Amino acid sequence: MNRFNRTVMRILDQSSWGLLLIVWICLSLLSNQFFSLTNLMNICVQASSTTIVAVGMTFVLLTAGVDLSVGATMFVAAAVAGKLAVANAPFEVCLLAMLGMGLAAGLINAFLISRLGIIPFVATLGSLYIGRGFGLWLTETRAIALPQTFLALGTKQIWGIPLPIALMLSISVVGQLILTQTRFGRHVLAIGCDRAAAEKAGIPTRNVIAGVYVIAGILASLGALISLSQLGTVSPTFGEQREFAAIAVAVIGGTSLFGGRGGIFPGALIGALLIQSVESGLVMLNADPYLYPVIVASIIFVAVLLDGFRSSLVRRLQRRPIFIP
Amino acid sequence: MTARTPKTGLEIRKVSKAFNRVPVLHPLDLCIEPGRILGLLGQNGAGKSTLMNILGGNLQPDTGEMRLHGAPYTPQSSREARRLGVGMVHQELNLFSNLTISENLFLINPPTKLGLIRRKQMNRAAELLLKQVGLALDPATLVSQLSAGQQQLVELARVLADDAQIVLLDEPTTSLSDGETAHFMQLIRRLAQESRAIIWISHAIDDVLNHCDRVAVLRDGALVADEPTRAITAQGLVQKMIGRPVTQLYPARNSTVKAQAKVILRVDNLSQPQIIADINLELRAGEVLGIFGLMGAGRSEFARILMGLDRHVSGTIWLNQRILRGSPRRRSQQGLGLVTENRRIDGILPESSVTENMSLVAIDRFVTAIGGWIYPQRLRLAIESMRESVQLQSRLSNSQALKTLSGGNQQKTILGKWFLNDPRVLILDEPTRGIDVAAKHEVYQLIHHFADRGNGALVISSDLDELLGICDRLLVMSLGRITGEFLRSTFDRERILTAAFAQHLRLSRGAQKQ
Repeated sequence: MNRFNRTVMRILDQSSWGLLLIVWICLSLLSNQFFSLTNLMNICVQASSTTIVAVGMTFVLLTAGVDLSVGATMFVAAAVAGKLAVANAPFEVCLLAMLGMGLAAGLINAFLISRLGIIPFVATLGSLYIGRGFGLWLTETRAIALPQTFLALGTKQIWGIPLPIALMLSISVVGQLILTQTRFGRHVLAIGCDRAAAEKAGIPTRNVIAGVYVIAGILASLGALISLSQLGTVSPTFGEQREFAAIAVAVIGGTSLFGGRGGIFPGALIGALLIQSVESGLVMLNADPYLYPVIVASIIFVAVLLDGFRSSLVRRLQRRPIFIP
Repeated sequence: MTARTPKTGLEIRKVSKAFNRVPVLHPLDLCIEPGRILGLLGQNGAGKSTLMNILGGNLQPDTGEMRLHGAPYTPQSSREARRLGVGMVHQELNLFSNLTISENLFLINPPTKLGLIRRKQMNRAAELLLKQVGLALDPATLVSQLSAGQQQLVELARVLADDAQIVLLDEPTTSLSDGETAHFMQLIRRLAQESRAIIWISHAIDDVLNHCDRVAVLRDGALVADEPTRAITAQGLVQKMIGRPVTQLYPARNSTVKAQAKVILRVDNLSQPQIIADINLELRAGEVLGIFGLMGAGRSEFARILMGLDRHVSGTIWLNQRILRGSPRRRSQQGLGLVTENRRIDGILPESSVTENMSLVAIDRFVTAIGGWIYPQRLRLAIESMRESVQLQSRLSNSQALKTLSGGNQQKTILGKWFLNDPRVLILDEPTRGIDVAAKHEVYQLIHHFADRGNGALVISSDLDELLGICDRLLVMSLGRITGEFLRSTFDRERILTAAFAQHLRLSRGAQKQ
């Protein structure tokens, strides 16, 4: 690999940073309110819930799986918390119940996929519908208004940092550490690279795969908590399509849908900030709201396109020359 | 494993295994001592890999018992086998390309502190292991940047990382060049000297005779020989493997190609920077033309360019007096076919049936002109008769997934796939790699019959004996150029090998040309 190619490769490896930078520069030029501390803080706060869910999704995607049920899990967790809160349960109980629902959803997915061998797409599609149905039954399809304690959570600060941001950053850091610095993380990457080889190498593949779905479930419920602290109500559409937001954010961050490649930092974290920046910028520019999905989708395309360039470059570099004239 | 009594090693008694009540291994006894290398030979499907998988903990035997250093040995998984000191290097590479060398080596038990991997310590330990297998690489290198040979050595280092006392090698040298193989065998020898017991599966009979202390031969799941190497000859081994005396591996070939026979494939000045330079050749009807060369001479790349899988910047290819260009599909419609080098990677659809694999190329001949509906009866008949002509094992079902077939039957299916399309020229890249002796003979016959029908075969192989045995004419490639041409009457091993090294030795081309 010569120096030029290595440089190109390094740039493509970090393409999500580059995209974020370009978007920030463009939006700063277009709107003078964009590049301010308040606005950047706002972007971070709004991106926090998606990021937390996407961290869990990244683990799943790295094993070459997918979890379509995280949005439904968020809804169920929120619905249970809402029910308890309305019944005057203390906040701590609501919180524990939410995390418990996340854990339960993760365990169900883990059981279906790692023990019964159902392919992740189908298994989690099933739990998506079951979760949604269960949530609607619990809430009787009515919105539940939550007590002030939940909203207070959103404005709470830890050492001057808003709680959602603190939670997002700490989960990202811990996630990245687990991924790169622990045995479990290496096993996740190995399984995503080649499941059969991982099996032969003596990796407890079923347990590792079970683990990633449990992580995804728990982080989905935490994401739901942050969302609740911002919305204050559990509507029947709570968490809808959040699974796609999480997948998109992970993919923009450079995580491969085929497993084995990607991460949380720059990965999911930068991906979420990128999407949120674009949406916030569009609001400032008074763009037609119907345009949002189109623009977000084009960013996803650009990210995937860059990933394609990267793959073909890798393939080209791996081809050995027979002779040098 | 505290009380390890030396000189016992691994002992197998009356071990057998059946799949779906079909016996794959009949009860057999085998013993391997520390410090020794046991060569395990047998045709494909003889049960070698099953035996290895039982030893390596991937499969559990139906009957019998195994003892490791005198203690009962009943591994329930490869993980447990590794913990007990039985390590295995598989035929295919089993490393993770997205991880570094040291991460691969310490995947199961990395050194950790508070759950976090201690990278410095891990890399230092990896460096020591790499030194043991003779690799001077940074342990933090990603495995994707290594060559196949280097990866195989890393696999071996992984076995050493577990401190395995019993090392199982399942055809580890198939993806290695000659130089790498020699180095690999030297290493194995040294590992044995460090009082490890080694079992080595191979198809390379000469290598086995040169490097092993004992040879065991499996045939149809039964142990038919277990003797010291010096007590047996290559001829005797082949006989044991086949179960009958071999008259000749290569079918008789009377060079019948007439000089006036029509040229069906012509290549003029074909070049692609850094890959091939100025390739010229003519292939006549009825001819089997061999292309010999060292690993990395550009033979497979040349084949891919002919088939249209890779680009070329200059030169022309003529098939039947018509210029050949366009997609591989168009070229196959014009009468060209390519049997690729790596069956498992790009030769077969492993999950699909024999029928689907065989009809893959020629399916256009069995569908309605409008709508592309398959004529099931016509297709079935064609598949049946093709099965017969490529001599596919008769007990195989047409609906069986191709990955469940032995290498020989897979290769015959691939040949059938191309024959169904009735090509004029078939390129065969390493057509007998990893298939057993009996199937090899049949593949050679199929190639000859194909040529005798007025077609041309272009056979690429690294096995010079094979090419000398079956070809009418031989071209030699060296670093992307043709450096020699030999007629069957002038075949001369030494001069062919010199030509194969021609570009390496920077000899002038003219001197090598016949």
